[in-house]
Amino acid sequence: MSDKIERTGKPLIEMCNMQKAFGGIRAVDGVSIDLYPGEVVGVLGHNGAGKSVLMKMLSGAIQRDAGEIYVNGELAEINNPRDARSYQIETIYQYLALADNLDASSNLFLGRELTTPLGFVNDALMEAETRKIMGRLTPNFRRFHTPVAGLSGGQRQSVAISRAVYFNAKILIMDEPTAALGVQETKMVVDLVDELKKQGIGILLIDHDIHQVKTLCDRANVMKNGKLVGTVVVDEVTEDDMLGMIIAGKCPPGGIPGPGAINSDNAAA
Amino acid sequence: MTDETNNTGPTIVKPKGLFAALEIDTRLMGMIGAFIVIALVFQIWTGINAQGLTGDIAWNPFSWLIDGRFLTPRNIFNLTIQTVSVAIMATGMVFVIVTRHIDLSVGSLLATCSAMMAVVQTVVAPNWLGLGLENPMIAPLAIVVGLITGAAIGAFHGYLIGYLTIPAFIVTLGGLFVWRNVAWHLTGGQTIGPLDANFQLFGGINGTLGVTWSWIFGLLAVAVAVYGLFSARRQRLSHEFSVKPVWAEATIAAVISVVILGFVAVLNSYEVPTRRLARLFEDRGEIMPEGFTTGYGLPISVLLLIVVVVGMTVLATRTRLGRYIYATGGNPEAAQLAGIRTRLLTVKIFLIVGLLCAISAVVASARQTFHSNDIGTLDELRVIAAAVIGGTALAGGVGTIYGAVLGALIMQSLQSGMAMVGVDAPYQNIVVGVVLVLAVWIDIVYRKRTGS
Repeated sequence: MSDKIERTGKPLIEMCNMQKAFGGIRAVDGVSIDLYPGEVVGVLGHNGAGKSVLMKMLSGAIQRDAGEIYVNGELAEINNPRDARSYQIETIYQYLALADNLDASSNLFLGRELTTPLGFVNDALMEAETRKIMGRLTPNFRRFHTPVAGLSGGQRQSVAISRAVYFNAKILIMDEPTAALGVQETKMVVDLVDELKKQGIGILLIDHDIHQVKTLCDRANVMKNGKLVGTVVVDEVTEDDMLGMIIAGKCPPGGIPGPGAINSDNAAA
Repeated sequence: MTDETNNTGPTIVKPKGLFAALEIDTRLMGMIGAFIVIALVFQIWTGINAQGLTGDIAWNPFSWLIDGRFLTPRNIFNLTIQTVSVAIMATGMVFVIVTRHIDLSVGSLLATCSAMMAVVQTVVAPNWLGLGLENPMIAPLAIVVGLITGAAIGAFHGYLIGYLTIPAFIVTLGGLFVWRNVAWHLTGGQTIGPLDANFQLFGGINGTLGVTWSWIFGLLAVAVAVYGLFSARRQRLSHEFSVKPVWAEATIAAVISVVILGFVAVLNSYEVPTRRLARLFEDRGEIMPEGFTTGYGLPISVLLLIVVVVGMTVLATRTRLGRYIYATGGNPEAAQLAGIRTRLLTVKIFLIVGLLCAISAVVASARQTFHSNDIGTLDELRVIAAAVIGGTALAGGVGTIYGAVLGALIMQSLQSGMAMVGVDAPYQNIVVGVVLVLAVWIDIVYRKRTGS
């Protein structure tokens, strides 16, 4: 991923000083990150580092305690998933967030059903649209009338991805999109990320797999205990550097350290 | 089941089995099959009993079938009007159970709605509004008040469950105690009756369409059903999806038509007793012609049930609200992430249930021609049982409106059939309880086998 990304204009997304506490635990504490068009930015960290919570504040699934979100440089009001969708922020959740009892097209259009002039859901039209979009991602998919509970992990993943693609996401949040997938299906997701990048879509990728982050991402933010350790350009650091950020909270030279980096006083000096 | 053939373009239909080509819901077939078995058992049983009363029992099963009392126009008529009240509420219970809630208060809610309507008819309308006896405004006024009462209480339950996040079990268990006794309070514990004559038209035998209008209704229903099949087919063709072979569509249309018209024919052949007819003519100041007979036809209460079932089915399968109900039942978190307002949805669902309780209250109190304190007692359990026998899964996400109505019909058939053959009420309840558990077990086995 070494295509030069222009980071001079207005960022697609800028999250400033985000805060979220559950009870006494500060799940996200003063984290600021940004994302430019056509860029894939990783969000890394241990389990419980706060990366999922940070992303859920952007997708509206969790309401933030404090902090600002700017979309294209303008202050955005995101308090629920509908708000996020109105800014063309789409999310592919780790557990896919599908209603298992409904079929692919009902899931794809959930919350945004196509209707007939009389206001009834237009199942035939939605199925036709689903066939088109799914045909691009998984040409062999046939089971349009089966509840998605009966589909394979990869097929379920393509339903979730189709949903994001169909509704013209400008900003895509992917929470471990390849965690449950086989080799073939992982490749499908990787290819898709490349394609979406070319279209100028900004992608935030939550992942555990350092190797995958190295190949897919342009920049990476590392979080530890709810705080940002630092932001690095992945091509400028080694995998060991990134592991050091995740495990020890040590921001490597060349990276921009955050409030969570150890001996941040020295680094700032 | 048969999705494997259709991707794009009208595929050539592979030769497949008769039932596969018809694409009939096997679970629906199972329930109808169970109902037919129950009906035949009671038909034979009552046939044997009848022969035993009159003389020797002929050892010929066909004569038992012919002498049976279960499948007579009179009993089918009674069976349908007895089923209406529970069936109407069961359609709403489907939505509640699909979204992983429960409603234990429907019987009590019915009682409160019934009490409100009785009070409007006997106190508010004559004493406060000065409407005289049999004023045509009384029945509509009472029904509107009942509907508002039901909707308001239902929405309140929904608010407690959705917004204050009190479990539905607790809210409606509280409601079970509260509304039964609010009803008692409203009427001062008295039985109130007789209710308004126009109001009583919704009770069943006191309000039927008559032979001609029943046929007209039957023909209209056939026309609507055939048009529905035709337009669904046309829509699938317009998107170039595969469709059933024409003969399969025609077979389904024919079966539906025969069932609808056969049902109308049976209800029409239940004749109004001569003395009752004579009284009707007397009331109109006429003299009944010699040898005049006519059938009851479709009861208005059954018509009401049909309207409710069609409306609720459209709501469940053709509207966003219905889609959101099933999505929320399947995965509440996914529904919320998809931007569905699940709390408001809960309010809407319980509001619908409240409305349906009010409609059932109209039917139930009109049927007994008065309001009594014990009206609708234990209905909550019958309604839940009907929905569950009809294939609604308590785990959420699965359930159909027609299933719940069939479930109500199966339960009512069991009870009235057993009453006809002389099984005592306690034993009837034992059988119903066993059937409930058995039905759910069969459903679980079925789901495992089909993997759905």
